[in-house]
Amino acid sequence: MQLEQQTLLNILYYMKLAREVETRIERKLFRQGKIVGGVYTGRGQEAISVASSIQLEEKDCICPSHRDMGAYIIRGLTVRKILAQYMGRKTGVTGGKDANMHMGDLRHNIVAFISMLADTVPVATGIAIAYKMRRQRNVVLCYFGDGATSRGDWHEGLNLAAVRQVPVIFICNNNQYAYSTPLEKQMPIKDVSIRAKAYNMPGISVDGNDVMAVYEATREAIKLARGGGGPSLIECKTFRMTGHAAHDDARYVPKELFQEWEKKDPISRLETSLIGNKVITKKEVYQMDARITQVVDEAVNLAENDPFPDPEETLLGVFSDRSAEAPLSFAESFFSSNRWR
Amino acid sequence: MSTVTYVEAIRDGLREEMLRDQNVFVLGEDVGVYGGAFKVTEGFLSEFGEQRVVDTPLSESAIVGAAIGAALMGMKPVAEMQFADFISCAFDQITNFAAKCRYRWGAGVPLVIRGPSGGGIHGGPFHSQNPEMYFVHTPGLKIVAPSTAYDAKGLIKSAIRDEDPVLYFEHKFLYRRIKEELPTKEYLVPIGSADIKRSGKDISVITYGAMVHNALEAAEVLAQDGIDLEVVDLRTLVPLDKEKVLQSIKKTNKAILLHEDVRTGGFAGELAAIIAEEAFEHLDGPLMRITAPDTPVPFSPPLEKFFLPKTSDVIRVARHLAAY
Repeated sequence: MQLEQQTLLNILYYMKLAREVETRIERKLFRQGKIVGGVYTGRGQEAISVASSIQLEEKDCICPSHRDMGAYIIRGLTVRKILAQYMGRKTGVTGGKDANMHMGDLRHNIVAFISMLADTVPVATGIAIAYKMRRQRNVVLCYFGDGATSRGDWHEGLNLAAVRQVPVIFICNNNQYAYSTPLEKQMPIKDVSIRAKAYNMPGISVDGNDVMAVYEATREAIKLARGGGGPSLIECKTFRMTGHAAHDDARYVPKELFQEWEKKDPISRLETSLIGNKVITKKEVYQMDARITQVVDEAVNLAENDPFPDPEETLLGVFSDRSAEAPLSFAESFFSSNRWR
Repeated sequence: MSTVTYVEAIRDGLREEMLRDQNVFVLGEDVGVYGGAFKVTEGFLSEFGEQRVVDTPLSESAIVGAAIGAALMGMKPVAEMQFADFISCAFDQITNFAAKCRYRWGAGVPLVIRGPSGGGIHGGPFHSQNPEMYFVHTPGLKIVAPSTAYDAKGLIKSAIRDEDPVLYFEHKFLYRRIKEELPTKEYLVPIGSADIKRSGKDISVITYGAMVHNALEAAEVLAQDGIDLEVVDLRTLVPLDKEKVLQSIKKTNKAILLHEDVRTGGFAGELAAIIAEEAFEHLDGPLMRITAPDTPVPFSPPLEKFFLPKTSDVIRVARHLAAY
């Protein structure tokens, strides 16, 4: 398959942008104490969310997980909004209500996942059920890791999607570790994709660090789903080039594995191939890198100066109507004006 | 006017909403061909078709998860838990996904989860529970529990129209045991509004669900002794109609807090705390709880009878309280 040059350049750009955003978050802002809480990145896994979500139409939907930064950006979240989210600012995607990758915005058809991984799998199925009910030719891309495939919700969600034959594509970032637990302690199989057999849906394993392989597999699955052919499972084999989160030095991962996968870095691979095929020059790559640095610099500056939410906003947004809002208790209301000071 | 049972009232309300709004659909185990374990959705499959009456696998978590996904896309799903007891299998989707969605990222999840709950039908530990308090404790969920056919119909319609996730606990003991004449004209019962089922001046019985009927029975007996009970039917647990509860306490100055759910961590405790905080000076006697004991719901008829709060309990406690 021959991809258009511009698509390949866009993929390269978004992969690099996602990596720069996450590098800045993890290695600068977090270490400087400007970001608190958990920090999870998808370093080394960028090809998966970028090469898949870049193919979507406007009304399609994504249910990303915590190693899919590229997908959030492609679907329309600005870097500033993402950084403000990490910094707990009012301007962040959730206005400070939720942290890090827990970003959702229905204007961009992005559903915010929750920490109970695989919970979005049945939710994605429900979105696809709605599409089918309305005879809407849209699809859902639902992302998760290898770890999530051990949960009951994952199996319930795939099963329901298969029984209802709805347009959802399940994309596994198989990065071979669930926190510290390697694959062989998670499942008695080598390929997550064979689980598709139990649900009688197409299942395929691809090199998740190969942009073309991810693109092609997703393209086929989207085509099938859009045409009414039901769900698919795509396992993208990759490697988590960090710990589970910023606090985790991943000492339980053999060093050789990092060295081996470093050589398979998806961004270097695509970049080398594009330079080799004269799609882009080295100089243009530098220009792209410089532009990304500038985009992220500007976003960091803006986000850092964005306001924190008012403490009283804690009480808002539980229900649709103010009358049903959970108020402070009667006793607390005596000193509510001093509550936060 | 037509006379309908509690179960028919739920069915009629649901059907009216499905006729009104194309986005309303039902999903759950055996809701289609079979018409639901309790026949709430009987006839729906032929009337509304397979896309809007969805028989699902035995997957409570996926039922609720799928309802959330559809709701995010603007649909109005009504998910049935075959028995409210099975809601525990969907606990995570309800408490972590649905309940927190709006607060976290402003995405409303307008779905209804129906749960046939309660004992008195010899269902044993897994077909008789009242699981409302797991959810009362989770901010973001609205919780209703109708006690009459009128309220059952009006509340299912309001629940479907609500912009937030609503847990609708229908008491299966009442399904075919009570009936009443309902207006032929359309009506709604607002969520968050309690109802004085019997006005009285001596003692307030604050209750909900099937126990409303025990309170009313007790009131008839006690009236002969000159003890005048006021029966406050909460109808909605969240958001609570605190004003009506406090008004009643301020009138009678005594309260019995009655529910079928078990005692510790039950809604009666929450009510007692609110009354103690906000109407302390109006009380002329201790707050008295009548609840099931802190045990699972037992199966054998004499055990189950012992477990469930009874009309005689209300009478006994009311006489005790009247002496203050």
